[in-house]
Amino acid sequence: MIKELYKPGSYPNLAPPKGTVGFYGWTKSNLFSSLSNSLLTIFSFILLYFLIDGIIGWFFLDAVFDADSKIECRKIDSGACWAVITRRVGQFIYGFYPDAERWRIDIVFIGLFFASAPLLYPDLPLRRWLLWFSGFYPFIAFILINGGLFGLVSIEINLFGGFMLTLIIGVSGIVCSLPLGIMLALGRQSKLTFVRSISVCFIEFMRGVPLITLLFVASSMLNYFMPPGTNFSILVRVIIMFTFFAAAYIAEVIRGGIQAIPKGQYEAAESLGMTYWQTTRFITLPQAMKISIPGIVNTFIGLYKDTTLVIVIGLLDPLGIGRAALADTKWNGLSTETYLFVALFFFVSCFAMSRYSLWLENKLNTDHR
Amino acid sequence: MKTKMILAVATAGVMFAGSALASTLDDVRARGKLNCIINTGLAGFAAPDDKGNWKGFDVDFCRAVAAATLGDASKVSYTTATGKTRFTKLAAGEGEILSRNTTWTFSRDVDLSQTFVGVSYYDGQGFMVPKKLGVKSAKELGGASVCIQTGTTTELNLAEFFAANNMKYNPVPIETNSEAQELYKAGRCDVYTTDASGLYATISSFDNPSDHMVLPEIISKEPLGPVVRHGDDQWADIVAWTLRAMLAGEELGVTSKNVKSLASKDNKNKEINRLLGKDTLQGVTKLGLSPDWAVNIISQVGNYEEVFEANLGQSTPLKIARGANQLYRDGGLYYVPPIK
Repeated sequence: MIKELYKPGSYPNLAPPKGTVGFYGWTKSNLFSSLSNSLLTIFSFILLYFLIDGIIGWFFLDAVFDADSKIECRKIDSGACWAVITRRVGQFIYGFYPDAERWRIDIVFIGLFFASAPLLYPDLPLRRWLLWFSGFYPFIAFILINGGLFGLVSIEINLFGGFMLTLIIGVSGIVCSLPLGIMLALGRQSKLTFVRSISVCFIEFMRGVPLITLLFVASSMLNYFMPPGTNFSILVRVIIMFTFFAAAYIAEVIRGGIQAIPKGQYEAAESLGMTYWQTTRFITLPQAMKISIPGIVNTFIGLYKDTTLVIVIGLLDPLGIGRAALADTKWNGLSTETYLFVALFFFVSCFAMSRYSLWLENKLNTDHR
Repeated sequence: MKTKMILAVATAGVMFAGSALASTLDDVRARGKLNCIINTGLAGFAAPDDKGNWKGFDVDFCRAVAAATLGDASKVSYTTATGKTRFTKLAAGEGEILSRNTTWTFSRDVDLSQTFVGVSYYDGQGFMVPKKLGVKSAKELGGASVCIQTGTTTELNLAEFFAANNMKYNPVPIETNSEAQELYKAGRCDVYTTDASGLYATISSFDNPSDHMVLPEIISKEPLGPVVRHGDDQWADIVAWTLRAMLAGEELGVTSKNVKSLASKDNKNKEINRLLGKDTLQGVTKLGLSPDWAVNIISQVGNYEEVFEANLGQSTPLKIARGANQLYRDGGLYYVPPIK
């Protein structure tokens, strides 16, 4: 018998039955729902225990964090020999950049943070002022890294290396390839035959050639065509190639975005009397870019990871520095530690990019679904 | 057709580049630094130490040339190159010397328009086995499974060697050196074969290096040496005689320790006097070098034996035996022309 204490429609939400929610409920329904599932769960936990025990032991408990060589590492303990990383952390970050000048790179790193923040987060306080800084940042960074002006010592390119090199190539490539890619995507859709054919040729050529080939062209062929003595930095040549390569892919991603916009949008814009540039600026691009975000970020992550290919032309990125460390007879044989460390660096960078793109997608999501 | 045209243009560019430059020595002197092309990392030959200074056998040769030409072994700027880019980097003038374990072959010397100035290391394909296998010679390897890098000349050498000795083997094809190390460690193959210097580097990377050995047979010729561009004989002579001065230093017993005292006194062996600039050696000035060029090399870098032992020898984890890399009088291949 139910007592009618509440008016119709005002019955309060009661708590769910005991044993179906909370830790107990979740465990019961997910891990111990039947006899076979319970056995599997117990078995998995035992397996996990041994696995995690071994991993933690190797990574931390039995690991050696400081030693002079691999042999010394092995004498101290049986786990990972992180000494190869700790002893060379400077090399992994700055390459062979002279010790006394490394503060310049530190400033560039910190500057990168402040320069990119206003571009990435539109709601940032003081954004207008920071944007000015972002505009000047590339020049500041170039002068700081390269030197030769304002009393800064000029640093040779062959001393560049490590994460610094990855960031220089990756960030310049990303920053330059997006505008170029947008122009190419618009060019490919253009009604002007000349512009269209140039864009199509460029995109198809760049997409049809492997990046390694382009890097070889940058490092070898270009040398032949330039007069002797011209010192057109190998780094600039490589950045140009990376930019072109990524721009071709981005152009295609954005073209996909442009083509996904319903025809009615253009017709509406035309009927309002908007010019081509107005339509592009206010109708096409905002919608196309929003659709293309996952594809663009995908291309960026690809470009960032492709920077490791510069090893084939003799530039030492983190992977190259790691291999060079392994060639030192003191550290020969510690490949697991070295490659794990480099992998961690790339994972952190790429994961951050991927998270940012998800955040941006959610922020720009205006769908009424 | 198209590639031919590109090659023609490229060659013309190189020739133009060669003829338009002043002498290489003048360039180096004007710059105050020698540009040297080295490996991106090869145990014992070129690798950065923890402080970021390049060390190794090939690196020391760069330093020796800097000592001879600039009087200071530290005035070298290193450019790293892979096997694929090394020759174009040299041709494009990114370095004056290619000191990067490069095998001297006919087509590289002639077809690529380069000058190999000599041999600084006699390498060759060898075999590596676990000691517990009890094998003492490569001729006892009949029926063994051999880890071999596919698509390399080592594969062909291996087949020829076993065919010539009427032996059979089971090839275990692998792609990279590190893959080979893993398979070998796991016991998937009894033998691993590649260039001997690579075998020593592989052994030194193991946790128990003393359980493995390199068999005495060397079945291919890999003479490694420094390379310079065609067209500047003066520079080629300087680099060649730098190498010979290091070898002559070993032959005459001149080491980095005693070179200063030997240079300051009159030695019975007049060749020492000529090498160290005590007695006039005709042509040194013609070469553009100062009379104490060899003193600089040996005092700052060392003679051949010292450089070999410091980078590859028994005191290093590589523990490479001198073998063919000894002077002729010790049973090796180095026979230095007289310093007269």
